[in-house]
Amino acid sequence: MIFQPAALALLLAASLNALLLAGSGVFALYLLKHWNSASGGERQIALERRTYLVSTLIGLSLLMGLPALALFVHNADAMAPFFTGAMCAVGSLKANDWGMPALLVMLAGFFVSAAWLVLNHLDSRGWDTPLIRAKYRLLLLLAPLALAQAVFLWLYYLKLNPEVITSCCGSLFGPDSGGVAAEMAALPMSIAMPLFFVGWLLTLAVGAVFIFRARFGRLFGVLAMLHFPLALAAIVAFIAPYIYEQPNHHCPFCLLQAEHGYAGWVLYLPLFLGAAAGIGAGLADSVRTESLAAAAPRLAASLAKVAVIALAVFGLLVLFYMQRSNLVM
Amino acid sequence: MNAWIERQRGLIDFSVANLGRRRGRNLGLFLAYTLLVFLLASVVLYGDALRREARLLLADAPELVVQRLTAGRHDLLPAAWLQQLQGVRGVRAAEGRLWGYYYDAAVSANITMQVQSEDPPAPGQALIGAALARARGLNVGDVLSLRAFDGTPYAFTLTGVLEAESELVSADLMLVNAADFRAFFGIETDRFTDIALRVGNQNEVRKVAEKVLARLPGARVIARDEMRRTYEAAFNWRQGVLLTFLSTLMAAFALLAWDKASGLSAEERREIGILKALGWDTGDVLRMKLWEGALVSIGAFLAGYVLAWLHVFYADAPLFTAVLKGWSVLYPQFALAPRVDVAQIATLFFLTVLPFVVATIVPVWRASTLDPDAVMRE
Repeated sequence: MIFQPAALALLLAASLNALLLAGSGVFALYLLKHWNSASGGERQIALERRTYLVSTLIGLSLLMGLPALALFVHNADAMAPFFTGAMCAVGSLKANDWGMPALLVMLAGFFVSAAWLVLNHLDSRGWDTPLIRAKYRLLLLLAPLALAQAVFLWLYYLKLNPEVITSCCGSLFGPDSGGVAAEMAALPMSIAMPLFFVGWLLTLAVGAVFIFRARFGRLFGVLAMLHFPLALAAIVAFIAPYIYEQPNHHCPFCLLQAEHGYAGWVLYLPLFLGAAAGIGAGLADSVRTESLAAAAPRLAASLAKVAVIALAVFGLLVLFYMQRSNLVM
Repeated sequence: MNAWIERQRGLIDFSVANLGRRRGRNLGLFLAYTLLVFLLASVVLYGDALRREARLLLADAPELVVQRLTAGRHDLLPAAWLQQLQGVRGVRAAEGRLWGYYYDAAVSANITMQVQSEDPPAPGQALIGAALARARGLNVGDVLSLRAFDGTPYAFTLTGVLEAESELVSADLMLVNAADFRAFFGIETDRFTDIALRVGNQNEVRKVAEKVLARLPGARVIARDEMRRTYEAAFNWRQGVLLTFLSTLMAAFALLAWDKASGLSAEERREIGILKALGWDTGDVLRMKLWEGALVSIGAFLAGYVLAWLHVFYADAPLFTAVLKGWSVLYPQFALAPRVDVAQIATLFFLTVLPFVVATIVPVWRASTLDPDAVMRE
């Protein structure tokens, strides 16, 4: 077990989050069974009141999610010296089997709760709360994610074994663990670079068409969602080597360190924002309800603007870093 | 967007006025909140600063230290080992070191006596750490007389006091000449306390350590990384233990916050009823209440953090020194370098503000869903 303020803070946050969302999940089951907007009965009014609590809780969960994700990765990076062979966050996350799943679940949780809040916002705009069932079905996905996140985080921190000198046993000098492979499998650059830029331009173009012509909204949502893994792969394949100015260094986590000018934080923030807003735009555009006939397209358009700006900023930053780099490939 | 900001501004205005109106009640909560942040932030700030200090110190330490073990205990090693290790490929330099502890009855403390390899003091002279100089009341030029291993008095003339910058390690340090050290402790000339190995290539440190162990099976090899890890783990652990103790306080505070938020006075209930009758909907009341909580949180967090900052970096953290620094008679006095770290603030935010928000969210929701009709009839 690693006893560390940041780890304790993350465990506290994840546990509270799991508790709140598990409660909301149980409520979601109840609501899906008994919701009847035509009824004015006591149960229906109690249900309606409780929906305010649930949306506040999920807003809080999203608000915590991104800082928690950042703190988790940052802390993994700071813990690297504890593990033989670990150079950065990858080494710490791979120190046992639970680090990477925890990270992936946190990522998924972030995007699902962002999508949920978009649905929730739209739902509150319609007089007949048209999306209530859809959003509570989505909550049934979000609650297990929160639980899984808490469980993985606990397992990860509990099973971490820092290699330290314990009293007089320094001479054991630890078995040779072979070092943690910090190099991640990477696509060849000749494929990754055109793929990324074509994907990026396509996403932006479809986004622009959607903003100006109000067409292909759903396609834009899907592209923004696909752009996220594509961008991550591109970071591993060629963006990171350009920033490190070293063709063999592909790590997406070392970017977060001070030596590289915190390039990781600069890149990841617009990327996350763009992906979340783009998915939200696609979702909002696919809503076809009479009571939201005006509100849904308006929200979709403004989310798409945010997404296009954020993704454009991301791509331009990538170009900037490549331009500035002394690496020639 | 502008309308949204205007709306939030209006809500904040209203919340501030609300907080002002129930000043006594909110002040109690605010003070408890500030105290909690202050305590937790002191632990985190102080521990982090110590860790940073240890990291800086170890940066110059040798990559490997070789010691001899006899029956599982650290023993003096023969000078022949030095030649053997100098031949290991990858070793840039091997240096036999001499150091030891001396119990000084006059100040009831252990002195760390060490031989300075570069530019050592002349025979009969010594340099001492600032804390030792303070405890003994010594100045440059004074004579420090200590009892040698055979009971005879041994006099050292002080030629200097070590700078305060390195006081974390130099507080109880006394630097002497190798001949004096051997005569004082009765150590033969072909013995050393341990050997410091400098390894040029960081990637070879492990391999070199393995080679050393293969050549000298009775040796103990300590890598700098291991030392660093051990320091980090020790400070982490101390911080963690303190935080775990303080978590009872956190729970008590969350309970207090919950109680305050759920015990609405008749007047507040009426107020909510009137607001709703005036056209506020449940969401508005909820947002207003959340803003109240957020304002209290931000205020208390800033106040607590600033106080902790002053406590740690200007007052030397009197509350936690003994637990976090370790225990020793000659305490080093050193100024920690102040630094703000975003991860640290995020950690503190999760540890203090989050329990408050979670504890108050249900009572706040309950208050905002009050039925205006029922409340005004009460």
